[in-house]
Amino acid sequence: MSSQQFKSFALINSDSYGLNSGQKLALSSGLLGLLLLVLTAFGVQLVSASIHLSLAIGLLGVGIVYFTRAAYSNKIAGIKNDGVMFSSLTSRGILGWLLGVSLTGFYIVIYFYPTWLGLGINGDPNSGLIALFDPFSLWLNGNAATQWFVYGTLYTFAIIVFGYKFILKYWHNPYQKLRTISVMFFQFGFAFLIPELMSRLNSDTFKLPYYDLKSIWPLNYYNFDKYRVNSFIDAGDVGLALLIFGVASIFVITPILTYKYGKRWYCSWVCGCGGLAETVGDPFRQLSDKSISAWKIERWVIHSVVVFALLMTTAVVYSYLGHDRSSYWLNKSDFLLGVGGLLTFVFGLVMIFKRKEFGKDAIYGAVGYFVIIVTLIGLFVFDQNDQLFIFKSTELRKTYGFLIGSVFSGVIGTGFYPIFGSRVWCRFGCPMAAVLGFQQRLFSRFRITTNGGQCISCGNCSSYCEMGIDVRSYAQKGENIVRSSCVGCGVCSAVCPRGVLKLENDHHKGRINPTQVLLGNDVDLMDLMNQR
Amino acid sequence: MKKIVIVGNGISGVTAARHIRKLSDYHITIISGESDYFFSRTALMYVYMGHMKFDDTQPYEPSFWSKNRINLKKAWVKKIVSEDKQLLLENGELLSYDKLILATGSKPNKFGWPGENLEGVQGLYTKQDLELLEKTAPNNSICKHAVVVGGGLIGVELAEMLHSRHIPVTFLVRETNFWNGVLPDHDCSILNDHIKAHGIDLRLGVNLKEIHSDRMGRVESVEIAETGEIIPCNFVGLTAGVSPQISLAQNSGIETHRGILVNQFFETNLTDIYAIGDCAEQTDQLPNGRRSIEAVWYSGRMMGETIAQTITGNKTPYKPGHWFNSAKFFDIEYQTYGWVSSLRSKPEHELQLHWKYHDNTKGVTLSYNKNDRTFLGINTFGIRMRHEVFNQWLNEKKSIEQVIEQLDKAQFDPEFYKSYVNEIQSVLLATLSNSVL
Repeated sequence: MSSQQFKSFALINSDSYGLNSGQKLALSSGLLGLLLLVLTAFGVQLVSASIHLSLAIGLLGVGIVYFTRAAYSNKIAGIKNDGVMFSSLTSRGILGWLLGVSLTGFYIVIYFYPTWLGLGINGDPNSGLIALFDPFSLWLNGNAATQWFVYGTLYTFAIIVFGYKFILKYWHNPYQKLRTISVMFFQFGFAFLIPELMSRLNSDTFKLPYYDLKSIWPLNYYNFDKYRVNSFIDAGDVGLALLIFGVASIFVITPILTYKYGKRWYCSWVCGCGGLAETVGDPFRQLSDKSISAWKIERWVIHSVVVFALLMTTAVVYSYLGHDRSSYWLNKSDFLLGVGGLLTFVFGLVMIFKRKEFGKDAIYGAVGYFVIIVTLIGLFVFDQNDQLFIFKSTELRKTYGFLIGSVFSGVIGTGFYPIFGSRVWCRFGCPMAAVLGFQQRLFSRFRITTNGGQCISCGNCSSYCEMGIDVRSYAQKGENIVRSSCVGCGVCSAVCPRGVLKLENDHHKGRINPTQVLLGNDVDLMDLMNQR
Repeated sequence: MKKIVIVGNGISGVTAARHIRKLSDYHITIISGESDYFFSRTALMYVYMGHMKFDDTQPYEPSFWSKNRINLKKAWVKKIVSEDKQLLLENGELLSYDKLILATGSKPNKFGWPGENLEGVQGLYTKQDLELLEKTAPNNSICKHAVVVGGGLIGVELAEMLHSRHIPVTFLVRETNFWNGVLPDHDCSILNDHIKAHGIDLRLGVNLKEIHSDRMGRVESVEIAETGEIIPCNFVGLTAGVSPQISLAQNSGIETHRGILVNQFFETNLTDIYAIGDCAEQTDQLPNGRRSIEAVWYSGRMMGETIAQTITGNKTPYKPGHWFNSAKFFDIEYQTYGWVSSLRSKPEHELQLHWKYHDNTKGVTLSYNKNDRTFLGINTFGIRMRHEVFNQWLNEKKSIEQVIEQLDKAQFDPEFYKSYVNEIQSVLLATLSNSVL
């Protein structure tokens, strides 16, 4: 009678969900490709690096593509979630845990022990896995490979092949197809190709920092570090344009696009982290925690990260600005006044126009605002070049990079896909998502509309929400969904069996519409209850 | 403080409890023997198909109930002792009430078929039915073939469920067209094709004669009345509709017919005893052509919303608005707003216009009154439409021409989906002008 019995369903390993022969063959090909890559870490290389790599990547790619075709191409258009909760891989079974541990291990090695992968240090040549990528790296950007080149290449490859899988799975759904093509395009073009080619242009006299143009501060928390800003400025007009683009991205482009389309324009159409979550991570989206307590933790953690990111960046920039305006157009006090002024402006705007919608969260917003302003004043009063009170700004920057940039976004964010679902980083850790979410919740035309009284509370929408939003709790009240964390992936709408949910950009009037009695009942009763 | 007891934790009972809590401080208890917590009955199929875990079908976290001071009691009720205002539970316990709401739901129909109580034969309605199905038909090596009898919504869901585990299904439907007791034949043909396209052995116009047993008392095969054909199988699903679950009321001196008889205030013949949801049968004529028994999620919810008013002192009659419903047949979503009649039940004044996409996976049927040309209702297949818009058009008694011309306002398909509105408009308007000539 209890849910115990239902848990035992997973033990019934029916033939029904076994792999067909095409899938088995494809799986072998993929595993062989993977084995070829793993072997290099142990110094085994069969042929020349370029052939070995091509063979491994080729086998992997062919394996994934044919696995997908065997799984989906003969199916009738529709939702393909049969057996998701029974599969060991997708329901935290042994396979899921194994994959989680392996992915986490891979991230730990690549972030903290790259020499294990064969990174040559102190001028030594690369060996092992990284050496395998040397020819490709040389051809593309003119330098030997690094662990980041290996990571970037594999990352892009994964988004493209698993993007193909996602597209085939949602072949009947143009929204899903388009946004997947979009993340594949931005990953391949903007995150991979353009920065590599840009670094090819570098010479002794002209040097641009590595810049993934679609990565926006505070996601690329390092964008305004001294060395980067200096090299932007030294690179003349092009560098200056890039620096201005970096500032405009967060202060101009982002608010406009988020106002029009919600944060989805970034999180599920452009972003690389989102791209990986939507493609590689798609089989794990149902593992996100939908409980109210998880939502509480989410709000505390993500907003703490954004405050941390802001303070860290402010301290870093402050530390290298001068007391006069000669080298960076800004001096220390201009900068602090600017940051404080901007925050006060935004905070004031919200309190004046959105006080009601902000509701109980206003107090948290006020606390965050207060902490930042006090810190800014502290910076100003104590005026220590590289100190934020007791912390050195460089230490702060390092701590952030380690905790948030590496451990949170990589090791936990991606390594734990098969355990906590695909959007752990985006939901709990990404400062960019917090900024966009704030704009989406309060200043956007975007919402998910519910269709009158048609919800049957089945829970498919909540189950497949990768952000852990309990979509059903809104839909069954006939209430639009305007949650700041919603990345607009559209899967809730896709899996809804009754056509209840629709992602829309529309007028503000009626965007937030709590109801007590749903459409379909006595008109007088609806009025009575809903006007209360 | 008033003690409200609700028997049944389905959508009707739970909605009533939630709304009584919103409106009052009464002591509320919900009794159910079926499950610890409220779950979405319509989602049981997704548990078997592996789309969700059972816990995912529960719309509220366990803490919701204590937070809202709604007591949950897991028990079966044996009898209502209305003289003492008490419930006698199966475990012998007595529970007193000031007001009692019966929301006992439905039970699957059985028509006295020989063999209908054999092992391996069942309906699909309760959580226990799902657990039984999981034992009888966990996979296609234990259940090599399944037969589903009865061509309604539960029948097609059960066929889809079994199919998801690669169990071959024969689907016996009495009607000559799937669900043609509800849908016009035009719409049925979309579904016939789609069900067959999924590899279901759909047999139209056939009746079950007998279910044969093996020596162990387990189902072995079914026999078709018309042809005498014997179909070997390990599982038989009986899905020939549901009827109100009234045994408790019958045991307790409450007047029943097909359902528990109630007026528009959901009052039974006994004071302070009410009935809502699937189990209730209205004796008063309801507005908007609504039926006296509606075993539908939405109706149950609306009855719960309404009775909470009466219970908390604002006596309110049940006046449901325009009919609407939805379903999903394998991959084809169905929505309906207003009334579109089947061939069998079509009144003389109702005319219908049809459109179908060339691949037969999408279609609409609009009905209108030929005398005053008012729009009566719409069925949509594979296309999502806005409830709010159609509800308003029905309120405003729009003409069929106005509805067709403004059809784009009702579109609810996701962004970037191909719109069929232009095609639908031109086909329907052409049909309309031909019929005028």
